Amino acid sequence: MLSMLRAAWLVFLHMFRKRETVQYPEERRPLPARWRGRIILSRDPDGGERCVACYLCAAACPVDCISLQATQDESGRRYPEFFRINFSRCIFCGFCEEACPTYAIQLTPDYEMSEYMRHALVYEKEDLLISGQGKYHGYNFYRVAGMAIGGKDKGEAENEEPPVDVRSLTL
Amino acid sequence: MIEIVRHLVIIFGLLFVLTTVSAGLIWLERRLLALWQDRYGPNRVGPFGLLQVAADMIKIFAKEDWIPPFADKPVFVIAPTIIMVATFLSFAVIPFTPGIEVVSLDIGLLFFLAMSSLGVYSVVLAGWSSDNKYSLLGGIRAAAQMLSYEVFMGLSLMGTVMLAGSFNIRDIVEAQRGLWFCIPQFFGMVVFFIAGVAETHRLPFDLPESENELVAGFHTEYSGIKFGMFFVGEYLGITLISALITALFFGGWLGPLLPPVVWFALKTFFFICLFILLRATYPRPRYDQLMAFGWKVMLPVALLNLVVTGGILLAKGA
Repeated sequence: MLSMLRAAWLVFLHMFRKRETVQYPEERRPLPARWRGRIILSRDPDGGERCVACYLCAAACPVDCISLQATQDESGRRYPEFFRINFSRCIFCGFCEEACPTYAIQLTPDYEMSEYMRHALVYEKEDLLISGQGKYHGYNFYRVAGMAIGGKDKGEAENEEPPVDVRSLTL
Repeated sequence: MIEIVRHLVIIFGLLFVLTTVSAGLIWLERRLLALWQDRYGPNRVGPFGLLQVAADMIKIFAKEDWIPPFADKPVFVIAPTIIMVATFLSFAVIPFTPGIEVVSLDIGLLFFLAMSSLGVYSVVLAGWSSDNKYSLLGGIRAAAQMLSYEVFMGLSLMGTVMLAGSFNIRDIVEAQRGLWFCIPQFFGMVVFFIAGVAETHRLPFDLPESENELVAGFHTEYSGIKFGMFFVGEYLGITLISALITALFFGGWLGPLLPPVVWFALKTFFFICLFILLRATYPRPRYDQLMAFGWKVMLPVALLNLVVTGGILLAKGA
């Protein structure tokens, strides 16, 4: 009996405790440093699309929310013709970012993506592509890769030696 | 003529005030529960979230009023109105101040007990007409719980009746001028309060609608405004029991300085908050524990209180 009265009194005293609630839109908690939020496609330092449409992200995605189509421009650079992420399916696991060989696809700390319509959650390439480089600065895939594209032949990449001319070898 | 108008003003004024108060209790309860659980509660709609009540009302009026095809239609529709009507009728005999009272019945207290017994029909019929096993179980529990708690609810009040020498609640309040009955009738008050909680089937005695085993008990099948009536009926019941405790044990409108109506409102408000504190604190007992507690503890205490009070009064030769 006494313990019941004590219980009521203790509950009453909770009135003067600090509130547990965070008043969300006005008040926000700091995000963890590695927060995985809205997915973006970044550009290289020259402003070109980093994505080379290799399909690795789409393959890695456990919920199959990424869909894209590869194509090539006249200089031989691969890029996605369309790139579509269905955020109503996305589970923000970050596997796409891990799979990406060119730092193109990245997860950002933005989590406020509510929409009134379901189909508004399907993001197209122009919604995903940002103008900057995202988390990884100074990285330019075609500048370090050995592949030949328009304006950059084999052996002209950074830290790359010119290819050996097998016919010049005299022994 | 003036007399009739005065009565009409009191009646409709009371109806308006009571409905507003019990609707406002939805907000109060949510805020207080939140307060005691380290949260804020509804604080967005209007100042302090007060307009939450309006928002809730709009929602509940606009909701689909669904009657299940397997339900017993007329009974299903009538059930929620019974609790409202019975509770409102009980308010008729409560003297809020010397001037504000609908009727000054000489059998006021008996009238209240009768009306609160009628309220049981609402719950039982709702559970029965829903034709749903959970509702029926809720209804059965309500019937057993309310009948057994009503026994000592009536007995617990007889001490005050003996002290005041009247069933008229106004006379009982007047008899408390020297000393509030909460002191000589302490056990009567405790028993009545517990019985009152069980009567309004509020936590910890909300077995008729225990959410975690019976979905929502007797009002599982109810939606829209019919559910709203059960809801408001429950809050009306809280207000009624609080007002009665105030009138019977805590001197009603009596008190220094402030006007009588303010005293009555303050005391009633205190007991309403106590009801909510009970809900915030205690878990729900098992059904057999509830019945055992009623018959083995509360009934003997009520009887003992009655006998001792009667004995003392006889010895005094009153």
